[in-house]
Amino acid sequence: MTWQIEVDRNTCIGTGSCAGIAPEHFELRDRKSCPRHPTAEPDELLVDAAESCPVEAITIRDATSGELIAPEP
Amino acid sequence: MAATEPRNYPFTEADRLTVDPAFAGLRKDEPLCRVRFPYGEAAWLVTRYEDVRTVLGDPRFSRAEAVHRDEPRLRPHRGLEGSILDLDPPDHTRLRRIVAKAFTARHIERLRPRTEQIAAELADGMAARGAPADLVADFALPLPVTVICELLGVPLADRADFRTWSDALLSTTKYTPQEIQDCTDALMAYMAGLIAERRAAPHDDLLGALVDARDNGERLSERELQVLAVSLLVAGHETTASQIPNFVYTLLTHPEQLAALRADPGLVPGAVEELMRYVPLGNGAGMPRYALDDVELSGGIVRAGEAVVVCPVSANRDEAVYTDPDRLDVLRQEASHVGFGHGPHHCLGAQLARMELQVALNTLLERLPGLRLAGPEESVVWKSGVALRGPERMPVTWDRTRDA
Repeated sequence: MTWQIEVDRNTCIGTGSCAGIAPEHFELRDRKSCPRHPTAEPDELLVDAAESCPVEAITIRDATSGELIAPEP
Repeated sequence: MAATEPRNYPFTEADRLTVDPAFAGLRKDEPLCRVRFPYGEAAWLVTRYEDVRTVLGDPRFSRAEAVHRDEPRLRPHRGLEGSILDLDPPDHTRLRRIVAKAFTARHIERLRPRTEQIAAELADGMAARGAPADLVADFALPLPVTVICELLGVPLADRADFRTWSDALLSTTKYTPQEIQDCTDALMAYMAGLIAERRAAPHDDLLGALVDARDNGERLSERELQVLAVSLLVAGHETTASQIPNFVYTLLTHPEQLAALRADPGLVPGAVEELMRYVPLGNGAGMPRYALDDVELSGGIVRAGEAVVVCPVSANRDEAVYTDPDRLDVLRQEASHVGFGHGPHHCLGAQLARMELQVALNTLLERLPGLRLAGPEESVVWKSGVALRGPERMPVTWDRTRDA
């Protein structure tokens, strides 16, 4: 199973919360968040980052089915 | 860095909302400055925008380590034991996730209509009673207190009690250590009572959701639950209650900026960001981090084990990031400020504060036209001996409205 990681850079306000929670998955480029890799093995840290983003700019989906994993609607 | 005798920090007593000019010199010549706070060990003071963001966002800087050290601080005692502010990820994430949802932009937006209603009632009350009014007691304090009480589920009727306790909690020298301890105990006992009520019968509020998280396996201790709830109540109103009069005072002393907002209320959200950048809310620097490794900042190398204190007030005036940083410009569109911090501890309530501050300014502009100080500048009484800067009392007047 593979998860797909997306950051909406128009929504991102660059709090750096995700890069602090999951530095192996997110970094700040030009003061906004970017996934280090577009996909990753399932990792609870990705859910943590998506659920903790104050503007919900991060979406985690199942790469095959496209099913939304986080954030909870 | 060459070893030099640490400078005593803060360098000067806070004066109204002025920013210590020493920061500009430090950003230029000594971006990593050795300082000694009234209590605790010596530390590096970091004043540049990019360095401040690195220290706040880079996992090589730890808050949890401060618990085991004699951390630099403004008062003899440490903050509340068991606080989310003393944790690093992943421990921090465990607690943060439990409350993060309630404070997302999407959830906060749902509170806007009710916040507008509360603000309108307060402003109309001022208009009905007639000028002068105290902007702090009559508007700035009751607005966020009411909002956080309704969100958490804390009875508004108890506000006189928890206001005193909360004030003591954020005091540096205003209360004695014994008074601070007594008030902390009282606030913790009060919160324990509200938590017990929710165990006896379910409540559809944030406090009820926290109790549910504790009792249904989300791995937070009873102490963490109590401290988290107390932190939300205290942080949930003191900050905004200080920033509303700070913003109004700043706009009144920049009449051309106020005129721009009056001409186009659509500028209010941008103005709130610019005012967050411009207004030095924090009275000094707090929450030191400890380097877990040698880290290179633009100002020099911090060695593993050393304490670092960041100064967001200085970062927000960094000329490397902002054009003419000491000028208030509600139209400014530059880098986002660090008034809400940065990284994992970025203010949980930032979206709530933004919404409340926007509503407050919109309401005051609309319902109290011509709002201005009722007396000379000296009639504004500023707080002292507390962690947040702001007026204690701010007498204001306004033009008579048509129906007044």
